[in-house]
Formats: sequence, structure tokens, C-alpha cells
Amino acid sequence: MSAFAMLVARDLRLSVRQGGALGTALGFYMIVVTLLPLGLGADLNLLSRIAPGVLWIALLLSALLSLPRMFGADYEDGSLDLLATGPLPLELVAAAKALAHWIATGIPLTLLAPVLGILLNLEIGTYPVLVATMVVGTPAVSFIGAVGAALTLRAHRGGLLIALLVLPLYVPTLIFGMAVIGALLGPGGVWSPFLILTAISLMAVILGPIAAAAALRAQMQ
Amino acid sequence: MIVDGLSFRLSEGQALVLTGANGSGKTTLLRALAGFLRPTSGSVRFDDAGDEREPAELVHFVGHLDGIKTHLTVEENLAFWAAYLGGGDVVAALDRFALTGLADIPAGYLSAGQKRRLALARLAGAKRPLWLLDEPSVSLDAASVALLIEAIDAHVADGGIAVIATHVPLGLARAEEIRLGPAEDGA
Repeated sequence: MSAFAMLVARDLRLSVRQGGALGTALGFYMIVVTLLPLGLGADLNLLSRIAPGVLWIALLLSALLSLPRMFGADYEDGSLDLLATGPLPLELVAAAKALAHWIATGIPLTLLAPVLGILLNLEIGTYPVLVATMVVGTPAVSFIGAVGAALTLRAHRGGLLIALLVLPLYVPTLIFGMAVIGALLGPGGVWSPFLILTAISLMAVILGPIAAAAALRAQMQ
Repeated sequence: MIVDGLSFRLSEGQALVLTGANGSGKTTLLRALAGFLRPTSGSVRFDDAGDEREPAELVHFVGHLDGIKTHLTVEENLAFWAAYLGGGDVVAALDRFALTGLADIPAGYLSAGQKRRLALARLAGAKRPLWLLDEPSVSLDAASVALLIEAIDAHVADGGIAVIATHVPLGLARAEEIRLGPAEDGA
């Protein structure tokens, strides 16, 4: 097994053993989405119109919860120093950890979204498209999040700081994720916003680890 | 400036003990040797013609923190690091630091000294020529210190290099000493 795959496998095993991070993210997602109809009243037309946006925004917030641990846990127990003496450059270490975060957080949240869609009277035709935008968009959430996590590594109570740093960077992902769903209802094609969303995600996958590694190097000095 | 005017050269089969008061720069020096810190002036060079690995890949670093995941068992912890840092015999490494009986226990249950032994077992788990040990004997009992000294002596006799920062005289078979301190110029 390559060092990259070993690191991803270790992070996934740790997230299964610890369990807390995923449970918190899924629980938070469920509660935020459940509170919404209670606050807005049972206007089914309104709920179904805002459902995709609500599901996306709540997903972004839920994914933020586990970001501080992405590098924080390894920094606190000294593992990050040891990872730096391994065969992988820090860029690939950051990429492996972001990938593990996506598998352990992004995918479960994406799978929960259609279930929560029922609560919001999401139109049945929207389900496949919504899930497709989340599958394609959530890597951007993890890989852009890695930069925020690396930058706030030594910040005391960095969680809020991560939200301030990272949420603005999620704007393009959110805009084009919603544009895909808007295009489904409107006259335009779905493909062009979907491909732009894919491009944003791919750019995040390439540039995120490079920026995160630079931030980690600066923090480890 | 934490450490200034220090220059030394180590070749195969040499051990160097760094001593000095708290805050004299032992850890800083080791972290610079490991490549975590960039020295403001001067450089760290590895002249190893036969080895094409990056300098960071020649180094075993055992610092104040043990790099142990409390949710993994002792064996899983060591197996990951041994494989990640270059591959080696995990069972033999556990045996070397008297951890065989603890192999299946989650590392979170270990005492401080046992965690330290698990961190040191990495040294035997993957073969690397340069060992950088920062206070390796902290929280170890006498028997474990003996295991540590035995491991360092064997590594050095085998042509390895070790740089050890310590307060406690370890009594290594052969080792030079540099004393870091504000009053001295270094060696």
C-alpha cells in the first residue's frame, strides 16, 4: 500500500473508532434542517422552494464542525512532526487528510441530504440533481476547509476563526450548486453550471493541499 | 537568537549527547536538524552519496510528544508508523521495547512510560540512519532506560548516527558531548 493510501486508511480508521466527529456532523445537520419548518410554519410550497438552498447551507455548516480536528489532533499529539519526516511531501499529507475528511464527512452528509429533503417537501424530480451537486461539490468543502484548518492550527479556539476564513471561500461552490438546481426548473441547461461546479471542486482539490501545506510549514516553525 | 555559533560534524557510528540547562536550545537544535525549523543562518547538510532519499526521510525524530493515537491499539500505532516511515518488523520492534504483552491494548490505556516505550519502538520499527532523540529517557523506569541505551548502542555500532538531548547521564558506550549554554561559544 502506498504511503498516501496508508495515511487515508489511518484517518478513516480513526474517524470510525472515535465516531464522535461524524455523529456530531450528522446530528447537527439533522437538527438545523428540522428546526427550519418549525420556525417558518408548515407552508409546503415555501418549504419546497427553499429546500435545496437550506440543505446546501446546512451541509456547509455541518462540515465546518469537524474541520478543526483535521490537522489539530495530529498537531497536538506530535504526529504531524512525524508525518513531515515521512516519504510524502506535506502537500500530499494535506491532500490525504482532506480526502479522508471528505470520505468520512462529505459523503455521509450527502447521503443524509435526501432523507432530510422529505422533511422539507423537496420536489421528487430534484433529488438526483441535488445529490449530484453535493457529490461533486463536497470535495471543495473538504479541500478548501483544509486550508482554513491549517491556517488556524495554533490558534486557540480556532473553530470560529475557521468559519470566518472558510465560509466566504465556499460562496462559489454554493452559488453554482444552487445554479444547477435553478437550471433544472428554468429553461437553461443543467450542464453548464454543473461543469463549472465540477471545475471549482477540481481546482480546490489541486490548490487546497498546496496552500494548506504552505500554512502547515509556517505553523510548524 | 537561541543557539549561535555552533558547528559540528558527525559521521557513521557516532553518537552526540546534547546537554544544557532548560531553554538552552536543545530541542530547537534537534528540530532544526530534523528540518522542521529553518536556521536563520547556517545550514544542516547531509553528505550521503549512496542514498537518494530526502534528508527528512533519513531521520527518526522522537520528541516530547509521542505521536500516539489513543484510539488505536499499541500494535496498530506502531504498525502504521513503521510502514509509513519505511517498513520494518513490527513484532520484533515491540519485543525490543518489551511491549509484546501490551500489543492489543488501546494505546489510551498506557502509562506515560509505556507510551514513551511505544514512541521509542518506532526507532526499531523502521530503519533510518539518523536518530534525533529529545529527552528520550523521560518517564522511563530503570529497566526501560537500559533497553533504550542498548538500542542506541546497537544502532551506533551498526554504523548509525544518534543525537540525543538529555539531562540525565545515559552512560552510552561511546558518545561525544556538546554542552549548550549562554556562556560558551559551542564546539
